Amino acid sequence: MRTDELSNSPGQQDSGLRGDSGIIQLVSPEGDLVGDPDFDQWVEDVSDEQLSSLYEDMVVIRRIDTEATYLQRQGELALWPPLLGQEAAQIGSARALRSDDFVFSSYRENGVAYCRGVHYGDIVRVWRGNAHSGWDPYELNMATPQVIIGAQTLHATGYAMGIKNDGGTSVAVTYFGDGATSEGDVNEALVFAASFQVPVIFFCQNNQWAISEPVGLQSQIPIASRAKGFGIPSLRVDGNDVLAVMAATRVALRRARTGGGPTFIEAVTYRMGPHTTADDPSRYRDANELEIWAAKDPLARVRALLENKGIFTPELEASVAAKADAVAKEMREACINMPDPSPMDVFAHVYSTPNTTLETQKEHYARYLDTFAVASNEGVNG
Amino acid sequence: MSTMTFGRAINAGLRRALEDDPKVVLMGEDIGKLGGVFRVTDGLQKDFGPHRVIDTPLAEAGIMGSAVGLAYRGYRPVVEIQFDGFIYPAFDQIVCQVAKLHYRTQGKVRMPITIRVPFGGGIGSPEHHSESPEAYFTHTSGLRVVSVSNPQDAYTMLRQAVASDDPVLYFEPKRRYHVKGEVEENIELGEELPLGSASVRIAGSDVTLVTYGPLVKTAMDAALAAADDGISVEVIDLRSLAPIDFSQIEASVRKTGRLVITHEASRSGGLGAEIASTITEQCFNHLESAPVRITGFDIPYPPSKLESHHLPDLDRILDGVDRALDRPNSLSGLVGRTK
Repeated sequence: MRTDELSNSPGQQDSGLRGDSGIIQLVSPEGDLVGDPDFDQWVEDVSDEQLSSLYEDMVVIRRIDTEATYLQRQGELALWPPLLGQEAAQIGSARALRSDDFVFSSYRENGVAYCRGVHYGDIVRVWRGNAHSGWDPYELNMATPQVIIGAQTLHATGYAMGIKNDGGTSVAVTYFGDGATSEGDVNEALVFAASFQVPVIFFCQNNQWAISEPVGLQSQIPIASRAKGFGIPSLRVDGNDVLAVMAATRVALRRARTGGGPTFIEAVTYRMGPHTTADDPSRYRDANELEIWAAKDPLARVRALLENKGIFTPELEASVAAKADAVAKEMREACINMPDPSPMDVFAHVYSTPNTTLETQKEHYARYLDTFAVASNEGVNG
Repeated sequence: MSTMTFGRAINAGLRRALEDDPKVVLMGEDIGKLGGVFRVTDGLQKDFGPHRVIDTPLAEAGIMGSAVGLAYRGYRPVVEIQFDGFIYPAFDQIVCQVAKLHYRTQGKVRMPITIRVPFGGGIGSPEHHSESPEAYFTHTSGLRVVSVSNPQDAYTMLRQAVASDDPVLYFEPKRRYHVKGEVEENIELGEELPLGSASVRIAGSDVTLVTYGPLVKTAMDAALAAADDGISVEVIDLRSLAPIDFSQIEASVRKTGRLVITHEASRSGGLGAEIASTITEQCFNHLESAPVRITGFDIPYPPSKLESHHLPDLDRILDGVDRALDRPNSLSGLVGRTK
């Protein structure tokens, strides 16, 4: 699995903190290597082939995002939370993970889910309203995405307490947004993670907006700087630079795997789309802001880098497009052919053990439903 | 079989759970060196280590949320909430995560978390230390809620709660911590009364008196007092508040035709309402009188100098028994009251 391949970072020393001293950027928006003495070494093993593969990932998840938005507009999904603009933050971090690391994400990390190997139809299962979860968390080592803002950061911290107890080398990685950093749960997670020195990475995608609220309403200082107050080292990284994100994630993973405890990463990025398909950003933000960030598009940046390296070929472009189309087609077909849950599924799995109260309600509802079958049969026969 | 206090019986149950399963961990504030503010976890950190008996930062949501993560990892956390009135910061994690994750994941992720809550009044505490918040949790699908009334149940049901693959709120009547009783520790969990079952504490024929937790003792005292008046009261200890073992209450009410429910918690929307309405639905033709609720008032928990007015006591319960029996009582006027 490619995830594990890219997770084998070379043997660099810990590059230390960069939380307060500016943003880590390895590739400029024009696709030029910036030359970073501390962090270049963390991705120097990334081959041309792997870089092309990262590009493919980003194109594919943008295609998934676009297709899901279409499906919502066509009435096949109830809602969809686009990740447009955050492809580098998600791919760069998720591709640095090992398959035995465990991800606790919010609802927007569908690109991360793609990296974890989710079946494409399962990405949209929740959004079609068929179930509250799309996959078995233990198959992907990725928890059911969290809707309650920031709640998953505590789950990751507790999971990491378990890893430490077990003497394991895997890492719990939690994804959340800038808005979540105001939540008590996130602050308590940082306290617990620091106190118990557990292997957890707090990966904050600062996409500048929490629905309509700008990041300045959440924090008066760079979000990464807050971690210092908890005694947690932090990194502030250009979230639209896939290599910089990967480097930062590898630094944090190395620290966690070697008993160094938690790391906070702020990936500075931009939500180019609405909060969800039900949102209308034109009510609260300027169009020119989008233009500024469109010029820093994470996909365009990798493509420019590939071109500058002379490895962006028509064949690569065609194969990436074909892959994206195939994934989108498979997801669409899985979505529209997804069988509805059966009525009695409403009662399933509330408890893992029999519950007398619920059994009574279930039995009554089954009998109620049966009356329609009886009436229908009588209608046919009569 | 040995004699031990209520608190010691819980301690023994926790010790046994820790011995039996390496995945059991205890979490809470001051539960380690101090042994908990009520000393219920006394000596456990010393014997099992700080990685099994974990003193946590003072953050109830943090405790509960990290317990969820540990459960995700295959652990069976036993969380202590120091006092009933401190549980609310953890409410979101309990209601949105602990209760729902099994349903949300279609049974893939289990939450075998036990949440111990010392609850109820009667110990002269300041505000937030005497509350009865159980109805918030009995209203929440996905949770099991129990309350124990004697040292043997405290021991047995604690072990059953830890063994449960579903999350269990375990309400401990703090004013009974020092009550002593005989406790048999050599038990087979599978052969004991199941966690969801109620228990008849005193058999009777005239009126059914349903309660749980700290008021079981009070109700039993009331039944003895009523017997002096020739009234036979059947006392049912619910033990399980969610689900409620209605079959036992129904069987009793079919026999007595009269029902009194008593709890410390406020009346409106409380367990008494649920029991009265369900029994009315199920046993309407057997009821000789309207069900009666003797409960705490619909007030914030009062200052301790006033708590004796708020808490149902023996006399208020007997007044309720009189109402159920259509005898002279505080609502009808006491004229003609025998005795």
